[in-house]
Amino acid sequence: MGTGMGTALERIAVSALALLASAVIFGLLLILYAGVDPFEAYALMYQGAFGSWFSFQNTLTRAAPLILTALCTALPARLGLIIIGNEGALVLGGVAAAAAGVAVAASGPLVTNLAMAAAAMIAGGAWIALAGGLRQYRGVNETISSLLLTYIAIALMNHFVEGPLRDPSSLNKPSTPPIGDANMLGTIGGSDVHWGLAFGIVACLLCYGVQRFTTFGFAMQVIGGNPKTARMMGLNVGRYVLVACAAGGAAAGLAGMVEVAAVHGKANASLAVGYGFTGILVSFLARHHPLAIIPVAILMGGIGASGGLLQRRLDLPDAAVVVLQGIIFVCILASETLYGRSWAWLWRFRAVEGR
Amino acid sequence: MDGSDIGLWGVPLAMLAGAIRVSTPFIFVSLGECLTERSGRINLGLEGTLMMGAMTAYGTALLSGSPWLGVLVAASVGLMLGALHAALCQLPRVNDIATGIGLMLFGTGLAFFLGKPYIQPKAPNLGALDLGGWSSIPQVQQALQVNPLFLVGIVLAFALAWALKNTRWGLIVRLAGESVDAALAIGASVGRVRMLATAVGGAFAGIGGAFLSLYYPGSWNEGLSSGQGLMAVALVIFARWDPIRCLWASLLFGAAGAISPALQSVGVTQGYYLFSAAPYVLTLALMIATCSPARSLRGAPAELGAVK
Repeated sequence: MGTGMGTALERIAVSALALLASAVIFGLLLILYAGVDPFEAYALMYQGAFGSWFSFQNTLTRAAPLILTALCTALPARLGLIIIGNEGALVLGGVAAAAAGVAVAASGPLVTNLAMAAAAMIAGGAWIALAGGLRQYRGVNETISSLLLTYIAIALMNHFVEGPLRDPSSLNKPSTPPIGDANMLGTIGGSDVHWGLAFGIVACLLCYGVQRFTTFGFAMQVIGGNPKTARMMGLNVGRYVLVACAAGGAAAGLAGMVEVAAVHGKANASLAVGYGFTGILVSFLARHHPLAIIPVAILMGGIGASGGLLQRRLDLPDAAVVVLQGIIFVCILASETLYGRSWAWLWRFRAVEGR
Repeated sequence: MDGSDIGLWGVPLAMLAGAIRVSTPFIFVSLGECLTERSGRINLGLEGTLMMGAMTAYGTALLSGSPWLGVLVAASVGLMLGALHAALCQLPRVNDIATGIGLMLFGTGLAFFLGKPYIQPKAPNLGALDLGGWSSIPQVQQALQVNPLFLVGIVLAFALAWALKNTRWGLIVRLAGESVDAALAIGASVGRVRMLATAVGGAFAGIGGAFLSLYYPGSWNEGLSSGQGLMAVALVIFARWDPIRCLWASLLFGAAGAISPALQSVGVTQGYYLFSAAPYVLTLALMIATCSPARSLRGAPAELGAVK
């Protein structure tokens, strides 16, 4: 067995073990606290997430922003940076998209959507590049700064939505003016799933291609492995940090654009519902691998989509899915410690058996 | 001066009141984080600990009728969450920053999950000491309504600073944070020291949460914390890992947080949301001003990975 195959198998086995452990812990919590049969809960979750074409479409619709926001953590992670400002890039992207969409709404759907996407990607990209630049040139810890930037971004969104960009006719829930039904991003084929999902998948493939097959991607790997070596090799580390952060931020900004152009039709507080924070989880769960992000985002989207059903049928609080996501996150992180060990252990076991 | 109309003086006064009222959670969380970081570990999950502390304190106060029992329970829950973080971080190859984010998500989610039944009912409050009786101005009287936990926090800051500097225990914590080799050389178990420092730091954060739900704002709901647990981490960096400076920084943050409601109360409504971002902008500005790529921060524990 080649080492590449071995490590891939190891990753899948360890992640599966961590998921199983989370399921057991969450199940215990359900029994002890809510008196709910965990098997019934998991069956319902499966039904709510993947059980029917209708629920699967709901899952995919939720997975789309998660794929894009996960890239915001995954790309800088390649360089050894931990960026958690995904939510901030998403809401700013959404606001920028709505502003651009309203400005050019008369020029047809294609131009409108392109302008919205460009504005969102620039806003999100600049926001995260700021965190990367502060890290590179001022030594400011990027995890903390990106998180602070998220709170600032949410305040900016509230300012714009309730102030300069407010649609005077939006009384109960302040919003920007709608971009217009004709300009909404359509759905894929005959389904209810919007094009945001395709954006996400294409973005992941693109990132994977760059990381795997280009010198740029190889240089990123060198920097992530050892920044000192990279500098001695003459790599301009700062440039890579800025590009990776800007690309990640642009992806999260695009998630905001998709939410505006395909779901809400305008920007308002509904943008900040936590897709950015769940995106962090998706990225870690996928071990920052662009291709692994797609199935993991679908899984997390499914867990999110099943929350309503759990609430209706089992009377569980809507935070139940957040707890499950938190448990999964912690278990996945703790499972890091199993790498490299588990196979040696298994090998010894087999050797003893064979004797 | 007799009336309640004190014009623009209301703004600095409201900021003073804010410094006293809003700063207490900052004081506790930043002192906890300070202790943890001095031992060489970072805990980004204190936001989750804060929420769990707030929820359990409120629930306990509601069921038992005793808010101070709620504070005690919140501290114990914080202790356990801190110990969990420490235990996970001690596993080889487990990243303490990422684990902190995970526990933040977990703690917040669990607090919402378990705290659902406590959103409606009203629990008994911690109450306040009236230190403003000497003044006839109602705003001053109101500003000097001081919660006992605020005073405890001040004492704790000085006690922690003294203990870190002067006691054998404080020396060992600092050694664990500055040089693992040196700590091992004097026979201290770095793992155990960090475990204790992280657990006690979690307990402090739990008390900070109890203040939120039992005094100000004084209720339990899902929007209770506006990121105090996270800002405290930045605050510790700003305070250069010194408990006394943590105290001053917390007061400053409390005052900054009070700017936007204070301006609104005197009629300045423009940019309400921009002013509400003041504490975050302030933190970021201070980090930019005090950090440097050439050297690690002055006062930073040498074993602390996050600031290298």
